[in-house]
Amino acid sequence: MVNSIKYQTPLLRTFLLNKMRTSFWIQCIFILLLAFALFGPITNLLIWTVAETWYFPHALPSEWGFKYWHQVFNPYSDVSGSLMTSIFIAVLTVIVCLLVSVPAGYALSKRSMPFRAFWMLLFLIPQAFPNLTVYINIARIFYDFGLNGTLLGVVLVHSVHGLMFSVWISVAAFSSTDPMLERASRNLGAGPVYTFFHIILPQAMPGIIASCIFVFLESLDEFTGTFFVGAPDITTLPLLLYTASMEGNYQIASITALILLIPSIGFMIIINKFMKPEMLSKIGK
Amino acid sequence: MRSSTSYNLWLIAPAALMVGLFFLYPLFFSLYSAITTDEGGLTLAHLEKAFELYSNDILFTIIIVLASVVLLAILSISIAALITLSPFRSIVSLLGFIYRIPLFIPFIVTAQMMRTFLAKNGLMNNAFIASGMLTPLETVSFLGWSGIIIVFVWKQLAFCTLLITGAMAALDESQIRAARNLGASRIRILFQIMLPQITPTIGVAMILSTVTIMSVLSVPLMIGTGTPTMMATDMAFRINSYGDYHVANALGLVSYLICAGLAWFYLHQSLKEKGAI
Repeated sequence: MVNSIKYQTPLLRTFLLNKMRTSFWIQCIFILLLAFALFGPITNLLIWTVAETWYFPHALPSEWGFKYWHQVFNPYSDVSGSLMTSIFIAVLTVIVCLLVSVPAGYALSKRSMPFRAFWMLLFLIPQAFPNLTVYINIARIFYDFGLNGTLLGVVLVHSVHGLMFSVWISVAAFSSTDPMLERASRNLGAGPVYTFFHIILPQAMPGIIASCIFVFLESLDEFTGTFFVGAPDITTLPLLLYTASMEGNYQIASITALILLIPSIGFMIIINKFMKPEMLSKIGK
Repeated sequence: MRSSTSYNLWLIAPAALMVGLFFLYPLFFSLYSAITTDEGGLTLAHLEKAFELYSNDILFTIIIVLASVVLLAILSISIAALITLSPFRSIVSLLGFIYRIPLFIPFIVTAQMMRTFLAKNGLMNNAFIASGMLTPLETVSFLGWSGIIIVFVWKQLAFCTLLITGAMAALDESQIRAARNLGASRIRILFQIMLPQITPTIGVAMILSTVTIMSVLSVPLMIGTGTPTMMATDMAFRINSYGDYHVANALGLVSYLICAGLAWFYLHQSLKEKGAI
């Protein structure tokens, strides 16, 4: 655009420059509005975490402080207990997902796999239906088996939900490994198991770690499934946030929300490092 | 070869079994429960009851979903177009960073943020009052239908824009360059060259967003106040208060049908464009 302006007549050049200037300002205003819309609620959340008293009609809190932070990080508080439960459930969910999706991802990365498209679609299904109804019925089925209100029940629900991420990303990770290395290893006399653990798995590791992160975050943030299967015996952070918010305890709810945000933002940075573009391009292929 | 195939099937089996047992089985069970009596006979009574009690909420849900999806499409296409076509690189890199922020923020956190932000005496109204745009008496609470739409659009915008920007970036650049050389404006390039080619991606983004919107329980519970409300709330209420699985599942069936209807509409349109119908 700038180059083409150079070769125009002076009058046309002024016109084009003016036009560009106007569109520049329009775009700036658009971004500014978007930034307000995106950062406004986040700022509001941050203020609530350090507001001790904030009543109408004050535009900002009348008393600031960390009183509620002390309350939250008291070892006997509900928040630290729920945080531990949440992390424990998320780690177990990652383990369950890894156990089933690493072999499945390896098998599905082979193009010769019969009905490959069908299997890939099967793992997509949990994301393709509104799953609220499914959770209700899982809760009912689990109730018959005594799994309602147990850690195992919640972990199973979270695992099915996370399975799509772990299988699809694992398939992409295994697809981006070099098949020649595998063949070379087998030709040199290594067994299939040895080859898998020493040659293939290390190559696919970055992708598998990324899939673990996705599963971990999904589990940490999952509300609906836990609401039906876990409550009231199992309290995770999202459930606690919900209860605190509905009781009008906005400080505790906001601090809990902030705690939930920290791993998400942290992992977003890690994922940027692990998820290589060439592997991302293999997702869904 | 045969042995390696069956060996591979064994590798998939545990994962497939998990989806089958803990997703497909409850899914079919919900469909079955929606249209059968306790004795196992076929009946439409549960669906009738669901419509009788919740027809307003069903309509409300459809309106919320459609409004959110239309807003999402307009906003995400605008942002993606700005990123792809804007000549100002500094603006583009800033925008590329900003729009992704909600991607990793969970729905429940978004709901909590908005619950305090959009309230009558929330920060948004406070900011308007402080800037002199509103007086305290003129403020309105956005908790309700408008709040629900705002939360869904706020949260899903990053996901839709990411998909659409990706599709725009994958387009053949020589076409766009040729159009520019022939004097086409950026707006014209967007509407006549880019959008027709990325309609499939836009459709997929909107259908996935619809499914997500229909599945979220925390947002209508925390943002929606009063009636009508979204079907998700009604389902939770039928289960928690009455243990009434039949009507809850009948509502679930309606929610599947809404998603399927939208998917059908999209497929129908895209086939029509290709001249197949």
